[in-house]
Amino acid sequence: MSHHRNNNVALNTELIRALRSLLPPESVLVDTEDLRPFECDGLAVYRQLPMVVVLPETIEQVQQIMRLCHAQQVPVVARGAGTGLSGGALPLADGVLLSLAKFKNILNIDPHNAMATVQPGVRNMAISEAAATYGMYYAPDPSSQIACTIGGNVAENSGGVHCLKYGLTVHNILMLKIVTMEGELLTVGAETLDSPGYDLLALMSGSEGMLGIIVEVTVKLLAKPERAQVILAAFDDVEKAGEAVGSIIAAGIIPAGLEMMDKLAIRAAEDFVHAGYPRDAEAILLCELDGTHAEVSEYIMLVRRILIAGGATEVRTAVDEAERQLFWKGRKSAFPAVGRISPDYYCMDGTIPRRQLPHVLHRIAEMSAEYNLPVANVFHAGDGNLHPLILFDANKQGELQRTEEFGRSILQLCVEVGGTITGEHGVGIEKIDQMCVQFSGAELTQFHAIKAAFDPSGLLNPGKAVPTLHRCAEFGAMHVHHGQLPHPELERY
Amino acid sequence: MDEQDIGTALQRQVLDAFQHETPLNIVGGGSKSFLGNASQGQTIDVGKHRGIVEYDPRELVLTARNGSTLQEIETALSKAGQMLAFEPPHFGDNATLGGTIACGLSGPRRPYCGAARDFVLGCKLLNGRGEILSFGGQVMKNVAGYDVSRLMTGAYGTLGIMLEISLKVLPRPAATVTMMRECDPAEAIASMSDLLGRPYPVDGACYDGEHCYVRISGSAQVVKEARTKIPGEVMAYAEAFWYALREHELPFFSGQGVLYRIMVKPATPHLPIAGSWLLDWGGAQRWLRSDEDVAAIRHRVELAGGHVTIFRGADHPNKIFQPLPETLMTIHQRLKASFDPKNIFNRGRMYPDL
Repeated sequence: MSHHRNNNVALNTELIRALRSLLPPESVLVDTEDLRPFECDGLAVYRQLPMVVVLPETIEQVQQIMRLCHAQQVPVVARGAGTGLSGGALPLADGVLLSLAKFKNILNIDPHNAMATVQPGVRNMAISEAAATYGMYYAPDPSSQIACTIGGNVAENSGGVHCLKYGLTVHNILMLKIVTMEGELLTVGAETLDSPGYDLLALMSGSEGMLGIIVEVTVKLLAKPERAQVILAAFDDVEKAGEAVGSIIAAGIIPAGLEMMDKLAIRAAEDFVHAGYPRDAEAILLCELDGTHAEVSEYIMLVRRILIAGGATEVRTAVDEAERQLFWKGRKSAFPAVGRISPDYYCMDGTIPRRQLPHVLHRIAEMSAEYNLPVANVFHAGDGNLHPLILFDANKQGELQRTEEFGRSILQLCVEVGGTITGEHGVGIEKIDQMCVQFSGAELTQFHAIKAAFDPSGLLNPGKAVPTLHRCAEFGAMHVHHGQLPHPELERY
Repeated sequence: MDEQDIGTALQRQVLDAFQHETPLNIVGGGSKSFLGNASQGQTIDVGKHRGIVEYDPRELVLTARNGSTLQEIETALSKAGQMLAFEPPHFGDNATLGGTIACGLSGPRRPYCGAARDFVLGCKLLNGRGEILSFGGQVMKNVAGYDVSRLMTGAYGTLGIMLEISLKVLPRPAATVTMMRECDPAEAIASMSDLLGRPYPVDGACYDGEHCYVRISGSAQVVKEARTKIPGEVMAYAEAFWYALREHELPFFSGQGVLYRIMVKPATPHLPIAGSWLLDWGGAQRWLRSDEDVAAIRHRVELAGGHVTIFRGADHPNKIFQPLPETLMTIHQRLKASFDPKNIFNRGRMYPDL
């Protein structure tokens, strides 16, 4: 990892002394063994020890830290639970890592207005647990929901298996309090359904810690559905499964969840948790329907009919809640299940228009042969978000490099078919070069200008999410816009 | 009307305006000209840039040029059994998609199904430098780069011209029913708030000062069920009622005088401001006709944690939208400058300093 700022020892001592005057001693970490847990997030191939970790517990402390860092021109990286999968919380050697771990209070649950106000370090699941008393819940459910925090969810605009019906984080929040790099406290959005001025709430969602530090979040709560039921359908052909997804939607049904797994993923999951998946199927679909009792019964009949007409070799409705949970357990264990059959795996996160699925899976299979690396595919089929898991062994010479190349080719393919390089994991450090494939120089310049509107000094999480034009020129995979090469001002080799 | 791509011509006009620092007033169908502060500058007519570019019902995504009328889009969707789920008001036959998204307008379904911005997936944008940029896309999940398409929604054209917009669309519900009953404001507010905690597919709740109306939409079964669970009687001609509410054609909206749009938390008790009230969005969006002073109204509403827009009949230049705190205004100005450095687009339409 290289960075343009120098590691000035004199400055650091001064900064750390100043931080210690703001925070209790146990909230300023500088020893290597204390810094170690913060060296990476969920994408552990990227590691870097920060200069110092701070653990404030009040908004005022965050403001003071930011003012201090701003005055001394020290970069700051914010961190929630560190479950992110794109290296967005990767520290900087000469930077402050600001952990929001101590902000873990639920401040208010307001069932009458269907909202909850929480600190950013509150776990996603904890919100739904607290709202359950009122028969309500917080809808977005990223797979890491037991551990991940709401502040990180906002920063990444996290999704989950229920986004097709209930939306992403951006659709389920009302208001944020943020602290800018200059230490200003701002309220973005409102407790009302909209707020005056520009939609900065949308801009903050998925901004990957580049625009401000999120110090408070007000989320929407929804009434818990009376009933949820899941159908498992097996297919002898991936294309048929993909077609069935389109048919369900064409029939006017929006399932709460609609997931697909291919053969390798099915077998790995089945061997791991014995979910009752058919091991010989080429693909399975899991279709969850929720709503009132009558509604769910009606839709189950309909969906079963569509699946059978679509050539499913087997259609099973979970007989009880235990079986429903078991069907989901298989899907939710797909990543660790693949982890059992391969020393390492690399999870990709592209989104494609659903109709492109057969073509994309076909191309991935071809590339798998080319790169000589197996791939298991799990797919949020309802909203086109594909997670190919590339199996590799990091101890084998050159395999990691080949895997990363393969991954880049998959993302490039997603862009080519009209999709995107990241559906829900974010760009972070991982996909920063692929941003050059998806966006033109003028578009990237606009992104930089948006960042500068919030953070003119460019000290918040620098080097992530949006590449410099120079980096794109070096990367070489340039976005070709209207038949012209962007960055004509830059030399090419 | 014929499809037409006049993107290049529009780009030329913007480049020219950029060069000469000519302020431009973006006009689609002109149906929303009453919203916001008075328009300034030379008219740039985007209404001819029209046509559906791509629509595949199975993908639940529609992409259209900004000058396409809402009518033509809704007709195309309707043929495939789909709809714009944010139920946008038209306020005129010539309402365009671009104007609707630029004004961020949503109808009665908004609290239950989402706002205009929630359905915007991507846009092709002509910025104040005359550059054509693309943000977002045609897929539901996309976290590459900042969410510029949603930032454009409700920005009143001050940041650029959205040449093309991609929207998520949804199936039309199979059945719908509206239950109505007579009650007082406090009871209406309490019952609409109570519905937020119930699992019924409510997609409209309104109180007109006499009756509370609750609309349920979904499968035939769920609608049948709702009749037994929601108090009141089944309303006849309900579709016409919700249409008139959405289009401001109910008797409440007729006549002269200022119309205020008041946003509060839905369970907020009835506000003690003299005038007549109509509560939509389950109590979250309240319409007020009042002769009170705008500053006094704003003060009252702010105390309740809400904000006020002067929607119609305004004689209050530059007081249309709730003022922003200085720190937020600074960020707004920097954002505006980043998209439109010479301040050519819809100058002053939202705020005098923007």
